[in-house]
Amino acid sequence: MKNFNFKSASNTKEASKLASGRATFLAGGMSILPAMKLRLAAYTHLINIKKIKSLSGIKVSSKSIRIGAATTHAAVAASKEVGKSIPSLAILADGIGDPQVRNRGTIGGSIANNDPAADYPSACLALKATIHTNKRKIAADKFFKGMFETDLKKGELIESVEFEVPEKSAYAKFPNPASRYALVGVFVAKQKDGVRVAVTGAASSVFRSKELESVLLNNFSPSAVDKATVSDKGLNSDIHASAEYRAHIIKSMARKAVSSC
Amino acid sequence: MAVIELSVNGKKISKEVSDNTLLSDFLRDKLSLTGTHVGCDTSQCGACVVHMDGNSIKSCTTLVADCNGSEITTIEGIAKNGKMHSMQEAFKKHHGLQCGFCTPGMVMSAIDLLQKNKNPSEQEIRDWLEGNICRCTGYQGIVAAVKDAASKM
Ligand SMILES: Cc1cc2nc3c(=O)[nH]c(=O)nc-3n(C[C@H](O)[C@H](O)[C@H](O)COP(=O)(O)OP(=O)(O)OC[C@H]3O[C@@H](n4cnc5c(N)ncnc54)[C@H](O)[C@@H]3O)c2cc1C
Ligand code: FES
Ligand code: FES
Repeated sequence: MKNFNFKSASNTKEASKLASGRATFLAGGMSILPAMKLRLAAYTHLINIKKIKSLSGIKVSSKSIRIGAATTHAAVAASKEVGKSIPSLAILADGIGDPQVRNRGTIGGSIANNDPAADYPSACLALKATIHTNKRKIAADKFFKGMFETDLKKGELIESVEFEVPEKSAYAKFPNPASRYALVGVFVAKQKDGVRVAVTGAASSVFRSKELESVLLNNFSPSAVDKATVSDKGLNSDIHASAEYRAHIIKSMARKAVSSC
Repeated sequence: MAVIELSVNGKKISKEVSDNTLLSDFLRDKLSLTGTHVGCDTSQCGACVVHMDGNSIKSCTTLVADCNGSEITTIEGIAKNGKMHSMQEAFKKHHGLQCGFCTPGMVMSAIDLLQKNKNPSEQEIRDWLEGNICRCTGYQGIVAAVKDAASKM
């Protein structure tokens, strides 16, 4: 790994000020350090944001759950409040990677990275999340732009992610047996005013399945999923699974998620 | 370069390191604590697992600079007064190792499991050890060892 300067920021202002030029934020390091070792990325400065107190922690109200960007996956998985209010979110966090990844990796790092197979982006889309940054609020629908690409601007720091509490929701993941990332993951949520179905792992970026949303809006049941046609157009084909197979798993994961709602 | 202060196996350490130094390299090359193994160096295998402030982490994916003020425990730090930790005893008794390369990471990871879940089921043990790869044992002895250690710890 090429050398760089490491600096811990003590507040969000300092962090975004330091993140100029070829500098970037360091949260759990679970994505960025492997990328730097493989020389897929190089920076002159890494700005540690884990010492900023306001970025960690979970706040729950009757309408929403707000999770600080530097909160680890392990903390979300273990949170009794998250487990009570949006259990699917705690279950999702508990299924990310392995215990050591969950002890370090953070929600902010996961969504800023926007790996096409990451789990949290699907929860953001399905649970109508709002991404709070040091500059503005971004609706999840506008946040995820493409493979490893988001709406974040240079030096913009995610402070927290706020999820709407749905009537019911569930996440079903078909993990790649080697990497444990989602080969396909489907997050289903039923709100007062609609249904949202978000799919990760299947395409170049997380997306909402309009076909599944429309059948589930009429009839929120596993049998309704069978009636939907999920096209394989635009889905990934690789050594792990063909596009056609992924389209098939989307339906079976959706069925599984709806049945466990 | 910066001076980093941390505690390793209860000993206070203060050393100047370059900012890109990984905790795994620091432990092995600077402190000669070679019990922490580096298998993949890509965050996949778990041979490098140590505890940071009580939680298991992959030392190959952690910067020493990020450990300033932390307490690190490695495999060398768990035996007390010349007596093996009950997890080490259990691995020995149940043949939870062959070549031993994965063992330090397995033991450190398994101790963290029992800190969080005193009486794990076989499935919970297997799920927890998802980040620890063993190329020799087929895992049976490892799982038996963790079960046995749980009954003693
Ligand atoms: C073996 C392994 C298995 C994994 N399995 C899974 C899995 O199954 N599912 C899954 O979803 N993920 C998985 N991951 C990825 C893991 O969840 C990472 O923790 C996560 O993607 C990145 O979070 P981090 O805190 O480590 O971020 P870092 O690696 O520190 O940072 C990642 C990127 O986000 C930026 N960033 C971080 N925080 C902020 C912020 N607050 N504001 C703006 N930008 C920010 C950084 O600058 C960097 O560009 C796995 C990783 C490993 C190593
Ligand atoms: S050496 Fe760290 S996970 Fe393999
Ligand atoms: S004992 Fe050889 S790798 Fe596990």
